[in-house]
Amino acid sequence: MLKVEGIDVFYGNIHAVRQISFSVEQGEIVTLIGANGAGKSTILNTVSGLLRPKNGTVTFEGRRIDHLPPHKVLTFGLAQVPEGRRIFSRMTVEENLEMGGYTRPGAECAGALEDVYRRFPRLAERRRQIAGTLSGGEQQMLAMGRALMAKPKLLMLDEPSMGLAPLLVEQIFEIIKELHAAGTTILLVEQNAQMALSVADRAYVLETGRIVMEGAAAALLEDDKVRSAYLGS
Amino acid sequence: MAFFSTLFSQIINGLQSGSIYALVALGYSMVYGIIMLLNFAHGDIIMVGAYVVWMSMTSFGLHPLPSILLAVVVSTLLGVVIEKVAYAPLRSSPRLSLLITAIGISFLLENGFQLIFGAGAKVVPPLIEGPTFKIAGASVSTPALVTLAVTVVIMIGLTLLVQKTKLGRAMRAVSEDMGAAQLMGVNINTTISFTFALGSALAAVASALYLSSYAQASPTMGSMLGLKAFVAAVLGGIGSLPGAMLGGFVIGLAEALVSAVGLSVWKDGVVFAILIVVLLVRPSGLLGKPMKEKV
Repeated sequence: MLKVEGIDVFYGNIHAVRQISFSVEQGEIVTLIGANGAGKSTILNTVSGLLRPKNGTVTFEGRRIDHLPPHKVLTFGLAQVPEGRRIFSRMTVEENLEMGGYTRPGAECAGALEDVYRRFPRLAERRRQIAGTLSGGEQQMLAMGRALMAKPKLLMLDEPSMGLAPLLVEQIFEIIKELHAAGTTILLVEQNAQMALSVADRAYVLETGRIVMEGAAAALLEDDKVRSAYLGS
Repeated sequence: MAFFSTLFSQIINGLQSGSIYALVALGYSMVYGIIMLLNFAHGDIIMVGAYVVWMSMTSFGLHPLPSILLAVVVSTLLGVVIEKVAYAPLRSSPRLSLLITAIGISFLLENGFQLIFGAGAKVVPPLIEGPTFKIAGASVSTPALVTLAVTVVIMIGLTLLVQKTKLGRAMRAVSEDMGAAQLMGVNINTTISFTFALGSALAAVASALYLSSYAQASPTMGSMLGLKAFVAAVLGGIGSLPGAMLGGFVIGLAEALVSAVGLSVWKDGVVFAILIVVLLVRPSGLLGKPMKEKV
């Protein structure tokens, strides 16, 4: 479904991502794990079109997307929930969700809004509230709901557990599993390797811009090197 | 009684010039809100609008209304072209490069027009004619009433556009977080162009309203007007549209009241004193939100 081949991404002179290749097949949950600064967000932003790779290609359902601007990439069915949620804090909850459905016609948008409210009843209760006043967990739900408004085929989540209490992290991962069960393919970027590996089918381990390990998530969860480096045991 | 009628007519004057400042300040604030640029060429759009009105009335013999519409169209296009040619290539450059470019565009427009039309002022035929009304002992001209009415209508329209429409929502989204807005499918090039178009159109309307009372166009007319409107935008809180409106009226009224007490030579000085005080006491302005660094 998504195929990334040999991309190099730079910030000025800094070589942030080196010769990275990975793929996501339809119906999978794939996770990229690694420490802060390993290049995980850079990869997602490159797939989304916010950054341009210097070399390499990104293809989605057989079409090259690495030269397209973000608003075009989205219409192919890739949505991203960015790191730090980045909700529009001065807008209401509902306006945030409507921004998520920006590329879709009004009638479809209304239907998608109902779907999101059904999945996140908390957001429905707070639809008129200014988004900046929501709690961290609610903001994460809003960021996810907002991305779902675009009805993506592939949902990319960047550190959804960041800054959340353990109970909320569990809840967010439950939602990820539900979304997956409902037919959404998921690319998950996480520092919380334990949680990520426990829901994912396959995983790639990143270190300073390179993929150093890849395989079935269950196998990596048992791997000694992964356990000592990322799982703290 | 004489005191009150003088005061009242000065308040009308203040609201009239305040309307013009407010319309121009909206352009400064919208552009700053979207791309963090203090667009110092914005004032010169007023000047270009004034020359278009002057030319179409005196050279082409058009009536006032079509002349004003033509000025709006030309200014709008000019604003969009300036953004595409001068600012868009610098979108990922330091903000200072952008600011310097804006000052350069301002010089280019002022000196270009001086080269083409000469440094002297051009007299523009009356744009809005009508009787002078006596209200509460003060005389109120038709241009003053039209200026106020047009400004109020534009402010309501702009507020509805920004708050209620999809395009307005996209503008607010881009101004809060450009990257996140792009991830929602907003084409930022379109949104930025639209913002410049809107700001420039408002500047052209301000230009026509200005000419209706001060019927002269000159190459440097936009710099002082633009600078005062910039002070209005900062006073209101740059980036805030209600702030720009409020700031415009406050600056206009401050000028008029300084004149009313017989200190009209200090008119300009007071405006810049306001700027200094705002920057010292409340840099985020009356209605602006305190700046937070994005994480």
